[in-house]
Amino acid sequence: MTTVIEMRGITMAFGANEVLKGIDLDLESGKVTAMLGANGAGKSTLIKVLSGVYNGYGGTIVIDGAAVTIDHPMTARKYGIEAVHQKIADGVVPGLSVAENLLFDDIVNNDVPRAQSLRKLVPQAREVAAVLDLNWSDEVLRSDVYDLPIADQQLILLARALVHEPKLLILDEPTSALSQTEADRLFDVIRQLRDDGVAVLYVSHRLGEIEQIADRLLVLRDGIIRSDHVPPIDWADALHDMLGEAEQDPHERTGELRGTDTVLQLTGVRVLPRASTFDLGIRAGEVTGIFGLLGSGQRELGQGIFGAEPFKAGSMTLNGEPYSPKAPADAIADDIYMVPEDRAAKTIIKDWSITATSTFPFLADVSRFGILNSTAEDKVGKLVMEDFGVVAQSEDDPVISLSGGNQQKVVVGRWLRKQPTVMILDEPFQGVDVGARHDLAEKTREVAAAGSAVIVMSTDLGEIMQVSDRVIVLADGNLQHDAYLTETSEEEILERLSEATK
Amino acid sequence: MSIKQPSSGADTAPPSKPPRAPELVVEKPKADVRDWIVKYGFIVLTVFFFVLFVVTLPSFRMSSTMFSMLKFTSVVAIAGLGITFTMVVGGLDLSVGATAGMAVTVAAMTMVIYAQTGPIAVLAVLGAGAVIGAFNALLIVTLKIPDLLATLATMFLIQGLKLIPVDGQSVSSGLILRDGSVAPGKFTEGFIEINKGSLGPIPYPVLMWAVLAIATWFFLSRTKWGRIMYAVGTNPEAARLAGARVGRYKALAYIISGVFASIAGLILASRIRQGDISAGNSLLLDAVAVALVGYSVLGANKPNALGTTLGALLIGILLTGTTMMNFPYYWQDVVKGLVLVVALIFSFTLSRRKQRHVAAVPM
Repeated sequence: MTTVIEMRGITMAFGANEVLKGIDLDLESGKVTAMLGANGAGKSTLIKVLSGVYNGYGGTIVIDGAAVTIDHPMTARKYGIEAVHQKIADGVVPGLSVAENLLFDDIVNNDVPRAQSLRKLVPQAREVAAVLDLNWSDEVLRSDVYDLPIADQQLILLARALVHEPKLLILDEPTSALSQTEADRLFDVIRQLRDDGVAVLYVSHRLGEIEQIADRLLVLRDGIIRSDHVPPIDWADALHDMLGEAEQDPHERTGELRGTDTVLQLTGVRVLPRASTFDLGIRAGEVTGIFGLLGSGQRELGQGIFGAEPFKAGSMTLNGEPYSPKAPADAIADDIYMVPEDRAAKTIIKDWSITATSTFPFLADVSRFGILNSTAEDKVGKLVMEDFGVVAQSEDDPVISLSGGNQQKVVVGRWLRKQPTVMILDEPFQGVDVGARHDLAEKTREVAAAGSAVIVMSTDLGEIMQVSDRVIVLADGNLQHDAYLTETSEEEILERLSEATK
Repeated sequence: MSIKQPSSGADTAPPSKPPRAPELVVEKPKADVRDWIVKYGFIVLTVFFFVLFVVTLPSFRMSSTMFSMLKFTSVVAIAGLGITFTMVVGGLDLSVGATAGMAVTVAAMTMVIYAQTGPIAVLAVLGAGAVIGAFNALLIVTLKIPDLLATLATMFLIQGLKLIPVDGQSVSSGLILRDGSVAPGKFTEGFIEINKGSLGPIPYPVLMWAVLAIATWFFLSRTKWGRIMYAVGTNPEAARLAGARVGRYKALAYIISGVFASIAGLILASRIRQGDISAGNSLLLDAVAVALVGYSVLGANKPNALGTTLGALLIGILLTGTTMMNFPYYWQDVVKGLVLVVALIFSFTLSRRKQRHVAAVPM
């Protein structure tokens, strides 16, 4: 077993934002090294540095005993580094045949004549496919790449990387689009590569997969490698290193709320394709925090309740009545509201003022016979600003010009003009400063105290502990834990999360 | 046009008095001039050409010229207002020209072949427009075909379909029908009045234009439905997650567009008084152009009723003026093209609307 690559003090910054703060890492041949880290920990940046997508990093990279500079994907390839990035759609080219996709690197480099006929390409493509023992028929090789199952598209990208005989293969969340059997097939390929002496760097949020395949686990947080584990992995420990100390709110938090009435009952719900079903009752008068790593099904849970995207399976009742929203408008009619994650993409309408943004969900309240009353509108805009202490010159300012925290206050505050039956907040503290986060958390608790059922989703355990009374832990779409915060602990939560590996 | 400034980067220079040119102290940063041009440039251009033609062309000054110019522009303007709705919801209706053309045939058939009254012809035309709009909505909203492609298909479809019942002929009174008989009806007096008649000095088509322009402006900027339409066009996902029924608003926009196009067709039919099968052929591009020109009015940078109206007005003024100056007919397209290019420069090149702010934290 030899060291394929040595990294010493790797740093990477985007403007003032330092994403990698000194990574020291040796990767060895014949080993699968898994990497775990929360959103923003620096995993993707590290991958992009290694594969030459970003240049301008600091520190030294040593390959085969010589210090090298990786400044371009082609340089990375020259040194035997290949990466398969997370999004399959970024790699395969729709409209081209499977054969052309397999040979795509050669085609762009003009190693294959531009106007080569498909008949001549097919045998060459077969050679590329052979690195993965893919016995695809001519018919398959000639078909459009989008006619293949997503797992086979993934294999094309993998074959394309492997044909260059890499010494280091980087896989970024390779199973996110795959079914269980497809994932198992991929693992067989990875094990084969490992046995052939390839160093594999495997990035994933799925603890079960890491447990299954990794010979070593690195935990990344805030641009630093926090710990280095070998099997048997102490998962509670690793998760602790990944998530860090739960950040304590310096302010006294209002006492615990305990709801008694289950307003929303979920029965036999499946949130991710591979997950098992669960039942869950959401109670009014308390804040339910839904915690899990990225892609654990929290988003799907919120979207299902809000009618934005149906559950894979299961049904709901609202106050005992069957509840099956076909669209968010149906949910809103039942006073179930949601503030989605990713404000810029899913909430904010470019150029709209604070007022227009504030009144948008309930335009009927500021209009008569459909005609908008601008005085009433301004009043709502002002109220939202006052209630939440939004810092802006006036309610006519474009929402986009505000700071993240103030934007969030507007898009949360606009729903609280009414008393919600269920209020869903998906990552409400994303891109929000500490002060605004405290204000938002306080408001969230007030809404619950006033009798609403409040659901908060987060991948940050500290946020969940700051705002919730009850915590639900999801892993790979499975319900792992359900307890009041006063009756559980950070240790137990991580323990339950890590049980997902079993 | 306005204070022309040296294009030095003197934005931050202190407003101390420069020794030369003391009468033109450059205090305003360059940006203000640019913003001013973006906001008022288009209106200034319209007024400029209007005044130019009034001063230089005696025949342009006559009120009859003014009204005939407005009357002639009303068809394009009304179709453009319809397109404006579809642009507001983020699409584009390419079938308006064909819809107006079909309206001409429907009107002629109703009155000439079926010998029905004018009001029935009007209802038939408006109904047909709504049906085409609904068909577009079906393709776009229910069957999820992209707007441009769906309405392009509809365009071809109705251009062909309208010819089937009339055997590909233009319908006018005295037409010999398939069974050898002579078509019993004719364009009614009342129907001809749509184009010919006037309220005081204002021709009906101009009146219809004015009413529809005001109604469109009111609907889009003063009602909740208009507000929601803009949201649907700008960020459909945000609109949906705030509770808007995105599909219904898109459908409504296409139905309105179909009805407006058929109103334009009514005026056209009343003007040419026969079911001319080529009617409406050039309408589509003109209507799209005026709606696009409208983006730049008052720096709105979005489709709007006032913009479309002023866009139609400017093109009407230029076409009338250049025709009176004896420019050959083919200069008309050159003029339209130039106006469009200038307007697009106002909205896309000069305008510095804040770009969508993306929280760009690389990971």
